[in-house]
Amino acid sequence: MKKEFDAKRFMKDNTIWVIFIALFIVSAIANRNFLTKANISSVLMTESIIGILAVGIMWCILSRGIDLSPGAIVALSSCIVASLSQRPEYVAKMLPGVNLPVPVAILITVVICTIFGIINGALIAYTKIPAFIATLGTQLIARAAAQLYTNAYPIPELKPTLKFLGQGNIASIPVIVIIFICFAAVSGFMLTQTRFGKNVFAIGGNDQAARVAGIRVEKNLVFVYVWSAFCASVGGVLLAARSGSGNSAAGLNYELDAIAAATVGGTSHTGGVCRISGVIAGILILGVVKNIMLLVGINPYWQQVVKGLIIIGSVVLDMRKNLRKD
Amino acid sequence: MSEYILEMTGINKEFPGVKALQDVQFNLKPGEVHALMGENGAGKSTLMKCLIGIYHRNSGTIIYDGQEIDYGTTSEALNNGLSMIHQELSPVPERTVTENVWLGRQPMKNKLMVDHRKMREDTVKLFEQLNVVINPDEKMKYLTVSQMQMVEIAKAVSYNSKIVIMDEPTSSLTESEVSHLFDIIRMLKEQNVGVIYISHKMEEIFQICDRVTVMRDGQYVSTDNVSDITMDQLITKMVGRELTDLFPKTECEIGEVVLEVKDLKAGRMVKNVSFDLRRGEILGFAGLVGAGRTETMEAIFGLRKIESGSIKYKGQEIHIKCPDDAIKLGIDYLTEDRRAKGIVGIRNIRDNTVLSCLSRYGTPLNQARMRADTQEYIDKLSTKTPSQEEEIKNLSGGNQQKVLLGRVLLTGPDVLIVDEPTRGIDVGAKSEIHALLSQLAGEGKAVIMISSEMPEIMGMSDRLVVMHEGDVTGIIDRSEFSQELIMKFATGVTE
Ligand SMILES: Nc1ncnc2c1ncn2[C@@H]1O[C@H](COP(=O)(O)OP(=O)(O)OP(=O)(O)O)[C@@H](O)[C@H]1O
Ligand SMILES: [Mg+2]
Repeated sequence: MKKEFDAKRFMKDNTIWVIFIALFIVSAIANRNFLTKANISSVLMTESIIGILAVGIMWCILSRGIDLSPGAIVALSSCIVASLSQRPEYVAKMLPGVNLPVPVAILITVVICTIFGIINGALIAYTKIPAFIATLGTQLIARAAAQLYTNAYPIPELKPTLKFLGQGNIASIPVIVIIFICFAAVSGFMLTQTRFGKNVFAIGGNDQAARVAGIRVEKNLVFVYVWSAFCASVGGVLLAARSGSGNSAAGLNYELDAIAAATVGGTSHTGGVCRISGVIAGILILGVVKNIMLLVGINPYWQQVVKGLIIIGSVVLDMRKNLRKD
Repeated sequence: MSEYILEMTGINKEFPGVKALQDVQFNLKPGEVHALMGENGAGKSTLMKCLIGIYHRNSGTIIYDGQEIDYGTTSEALNNGLSMIHQELSPVPERTVTENVWLGRQPMKNKLMVDHRKMREDTVKLFEQLNVVINPDEKMKYLTVSQMQMVEIAKAVSYNSKIVIMDEPTSSLTESEVSHLFDIIRMLKEQNVGVIYISHKMEEIFQICDRVTVMRDGQYVSTDNVSDITMDQLITKMVGRELTDLFPKTECEIGEVVLEVKDLKAGRMVKNVSFDLRRGEILGFAGLVGAGRTETMEAIFGLRKIESGSIKYKGQEIHIKCPDDAIKLGIDYLTEDRRAKGIVGIRNIRDNTVLSCLSRYGTPLNQARMRADTQEYIDKLSTKTPSQEEEIKNLSGGNQQKVLLGRVLLTGPDVLIVDEPTRGIDVGAKSEIHALLSQLAGEGKAVIMISSEMPEIMGMSDRLVVMHEGDVTGIIDRSEFSQELIMKFATGVTE
């Protein structure tokens, strides 16, 4: 009796995974190229960067905010890391004298980009401007910074060590996928196992109550946006590594894809609800849908329509689930 | 036609895991005030929500004005003459009082445009008729809880309903406002309106109600004429046992001063407040609405900016910047505004209970300990809930209050400030909470209790600080307590 109830509840809590599995099976039947190792690995690699952004952005959504800057931070980050890690032999180097070890280059990049997170967080927490506005502003600034820095030229010829992060494999698993898994694991751990996670849940659910309960709302919010920017900067490094160059036009609309994935994964925009397993499923669902439509040759414009429908549909379902409870 | 305007019979309602109502009956005559009583979680609010279409009953019949009804939405109920003042207010904070009153039914100039002039005039007229003095153009968020409650009452009356349901309307009103409400109720009676009155305050039932129906654990117990029943009988029916002492105050040794507040000034509600608090003492704070009691405590707790004055804690001057500082020092505060500043509605009971002491559980969080601590306070306060995993918004109002009380007790404060601690709490649980506060004082803790309920504050306090418009007008020792003296100070007469 008890076991049966649990199974039912388990199904209800994991509807999104059921949908994903169903989608996966349908895709495998619809196109025989879908279930090849090359295809699956390519889907995973493509979605990993969006995924890393999503496990950052979901925190902002959870706290009843939003972050629109990650796409632009990806661009800036890819430019900075590329400029610091061009091959020494390359004659047209952007910064001729510079030859830093790759880890140092990455560190510098991440630190610079994370400053945008501090700015976002501070604006939202202390000046109380809506997150939408604050991060829209930093989005424009970050993208412009990337363009000014590079004069909008791509920065090619990166060191192999850096490219390995985006193109290499460890034990036949793409490195980039491993990094995504790490980020998802860390995010999930923070969400359920740390004080910070509980704080953000409470802030998203009722920030006034959280404050009265002794939570430092501002500090926590700043950290939320710092984490999101950190994720985005790592995403930018990986994008440069994967594509082999830094580009100020990179990462366009990535934040929207990440927001979509978090949303489809059940992160509530009214705050206070988020599960890492849901967000991962959301990323995979959107990735598989994109991929299968490409494989069966559907017009790219229709792909956008389908994506839009999925996002709206998932939120409607979510709302209905909440309503039915009453 | 029957003498009843409303007859509910055999009502059943189930939520996942909870049978909230089992075979409940209730009826109402036109022009009568019918009290609905029972412990927290007895199902009173749920029964009323079934009536006005917020919930759907699983079975049972409701006959209203000679017809069987089954409303699907509240607007349907409102249009048919059933209005309700909800236990948990839900104002639109950014809009004006006027707009809140006419929300969703604004008078129109034509098909397209709202008639703002008429809307405002109607509000003024309504407030005049009911003797409510609140500026109709004020934004809702600037009102005090009790003013919001008065707006809500006015709003319910403005529907010209045949039945007005009042779910704990007085839980945040002071005595004078309560008598104001009673005038309004008498006016409704004269107009032959039936009033369903839910309250945990015994005296009110005997003052204003004609009949009383008691519920316990989702079941119907009895209906009596108020004139045929004594208070003790009523309490026994509600809690299913006899209750000996409503204010189990134990005299305990009063120790040294722990908190010394001097010339505190914080905004226009706290002008000049000085008092000291000793170990083992329950210090009551009395006053009318706008006296600045809550604001004083919020200033001490770091929720309001202090402009001048000093606070000494255990002999040292302290500067609290935010609640976190206060809690770390051992000062904790239970808010009066449960819904806005207390609960995190969509999170479960456990998360709500441990919220103030998360640092205690380490990283990764020790889930087992969190569960044990939560259970301890569920048991201690006899909170009624199917499980710890229940979202707190699904609990009855009184049980939400118990969870919040558990949250502050869990931090183990040396100075506990409770603001209307028994608001919306049933008689049985109330005396348990009073006993708990007494016990804390006995352990050498110091308690500050704000309450607008005279019997409670007089029954529980060792000393009383009375405030009026931001100033302390008098401090009274227990031996000199009298309602007259308190009212004298509360209305601004100083010593
Ligand atoms: N939406 C809901 N989902 C699940 N359970 C609910 C819901 N609403 C109420 N309940 C449960 O139904 C029972 C009755 O609740 P109700 O709010 O009617 O109590 P009440 O008599 O009004 O108590 P109080 O005096 O504390 O306001 C409680 O056990 C409560 O937990
Ligand atoms: Mg209730």
